[in-house]
Amino acid sequence: MTDMAFETTGKATMAGDARTRKRHAAERRFRLMGQLAVAIGVLALLGLLASILSNGLSSFRQTYITLEIYLDPGVLDKQGNRDPADIAKVTTFGYAPLIKGSLVKVMQDRGVGGEADADMAVELISKEAPAILRRYVLADPSQIGETVQFNLLASGRIDGYYKGRVSMASAELDRNTSPEQLRFADELKEAGILVTRFNWDFFTAPDASDTRPEAAGLGVAILGSAYMMLIVLVLSLPIGVAASIYLEEFAPRNRFTDLIEVNIANLAAVPSIVFGILGLAVFINIVGLPQSAPVVGGLVLTLMTLPTIIIATRAALKAVPPSIRDAALGVGASKMQSVFHHVLPLAMPGILTGTIIGLAQALGETAPLLLIGMVAFVRDYPSAPPEGFFDPASALPVQVYNWTQRGDPAFVERASGAIIVLLVFLLVMNLVAVVLRRRFERRW
Amino acid sequence: MNVLTEAAAEKALVKKMNEINYKMVGQDVSVYYGEKRALFDVNLGVRDNTVTALIGPSGCGKSTFLRCLNRMNDTIQSAKVTGRITLDGQDIHDPSIDVVELRARVGMVFQKPNPFPKSIYENVAYGPRIHGLARSKPDMDQIVESSLQKAGLWNEVKDRLNEAGTGLSGGQQQRLCIARAVAVSPEVILMDEPCSALDPIATARVEELIHELRANYSIVIVTHSMQQAARVSQRTAMFHLGHLVEEDDTDKMFTNPNDQRTQDYIMGRFG
Repeated sequence: MTDMAFETTGKATMAGDARTRKRHAAERRFRLMGQLAVAIGVLALLGLLASILSNGLSSFRQTYITLEIYLDPGVLDKQGNRDPADIAKVTTFGYAPLIKGSLVKVMQDRGVGGEADADMAVELISKEAPAILRRYVLADPSQIGETVQFNLLASGRIDGYYKGRVSMASAELDRNTSPEQLRFADELKEAGILVTRFNWDFFTAPDASDTRPEAAGLGVAILGSAYMMLIVLVLSLPIGVAASIYLEEFAPRNRFTDLIEVNIANLAAVPSIVFGILGLAVFINIVGLPQSAPVVGGLVLTLMTLPTIIIATRAALKAVPPSIRDAALGVGASKMQSVFHHVLPLAMPGILTGTIIGLAQALGETAPLLLIGMVAFVRDYPSAPPEGFFDPASALPVQVYNWTQRGDPAFVERASGAIIVLLVFLLVMNLVAVVLRRRFERRW
Repeated sequence: MNVLTEAAAEKALVKKMNEINYKMVGQDVSVYYGEKRALFDVNLGVRDNTVTALIGPSGCGKSTFLRCLNRMNDTIQSAKVTGRITLDGQDIHDPSIDVVELRARVGMVFQKPNPFPKSIYENVAYGPRIHGLARSKPDMDQIVESSLQKAGLWNEVKDRLNEAGTGLSGGQQQRLCIARAVAVSPEVILMDEPCSALDPIATARVEELIHELRANYSIVIVTHSMQQAARVSQRTAMFHLGHLVEEDDTDKMFTNPNDQRTQDYIMGRFG
């Protein structure tokens, strides 16, 4: 009896109904698909991060050889007058014997190897080392005649040996190193002459040539990127926000403003390399700005960032309820007062987020910079702004691109390290965006 | 002959209008939104220290007329207003009149409570500040207090003036908006369905307030509630399809209107 009643009254509200079951199944399927999509995304991200971190983290550590070097006046300052011009005449070839002599002395003191090993031992030290020594002396000639402790870079192969990139088997086939050299390096390590420690030079040193990956650093690239971001921020934020406020709040709606609107939306979708060609044609060829200069990069990236900022700002302005504008106008505020006192503060979080997203895009942009010559090999730091804006510099993403082109496998590690630095910068910018958002957010 | 009597009738009307103390007068006011005409030659006066209720079915043009009185229609790009509207005899569309000054003299309270997302104090102080009405901080405190008192909100918020205005209840928010409008010492206050978003108790508070404010201000209120119009107003104007049907003493309108449409609307036969 009860079953009968159940069947007659219990229609779609009961779980047993076929239609209901179908609907629930469809819902479950959709939810599963969504979870799958998220899982794929997360896995891809984790894979990417894992590969970059496993390749690149080692670039933050570097193998050094610690030596006490006697800066022999007989070699470095033959006239004995400490005249910088005379000292500068001594090339890096003059410094190389000092390093070798010091190394041999240390080896004798600690009882490592014999006289015959000295030539091989010198090979352990980076070809950059004499140049480092020379820079040190030229910067401070009064040190001539003193004994100074130096941490000299080990060569890329030795560094790679301690990072697992070079093995005894690969050294057998390698023109630049040999198993004997590696074994000898191990002896030095045991004696405490060869150490591995944190690599500040990676962040401060300029780029280095193909044959000395151990000396290559991001200094010039970080400076160049920072200069460009400064230019982009200073130019695109006021221009973008002013344009958006005018278009959104003041401009009459007509065909002309519609056209502008469509064009801004299209500009945001223009491939970045096109902006590079534009920069090359206009800023370098017509205006005559220098190549490889942060100012040109900054201008090109500003053009690229503007549509992003304008679109984000307009969306933020549009999201402010019209009742706030009415309220301000209703108490007799002028149009401008209503915008600047009420609408803009409410739109601020959105504007800042848009700006930082635009800046982050610009920071990671490579293609347009290649076209304006920032891919050049730059070893000199740009000077302080504003003159520095016109000096040649590199940029972080371009440096990554550059290093991946090089032959030595040590540069792969360097490139991954540079990507980590770039990602950290992006992360910091995004955090700043979140913090600013929280700070300015107000409910209405 | 006919022309003569019409001219005479008009003269008589003008004479009658001159006898009454009109604060604002609209003559042949028409409003166009693009191609669409929303208001047809409306002639309506707002009397001193009187509450004038504008009633009529949705879309009849009563809010449009209200927004003409402080030129809020200027903010709508497609809107065009013709005819003459005067405030104390002065044409408000005259180039010598600054719309900002006009809106300071003719304040407005909107349908939905729209306090600024700032403190209660700042909400009230904003108007006087941009118009330079307070010379000092104590001056401003005085204006804020008296405005909140006039809006009947002072006792409820005096201990939390620095809290967000948006944190108040709906009825309190609307009274805050009234305080904000009162703070710039307007002469006329326009209210666009001020109680439509409020519960009956809050509505009663606001209506009470309108009664009190009448002593010092001319008030024009748009409402969909016949009872409210009957309760708060002395004069009532009935709109229908963009035309002013009639305008008369509220008592007469609700008991013995001249026009059949008014009768029907008040009785709830359309609208």
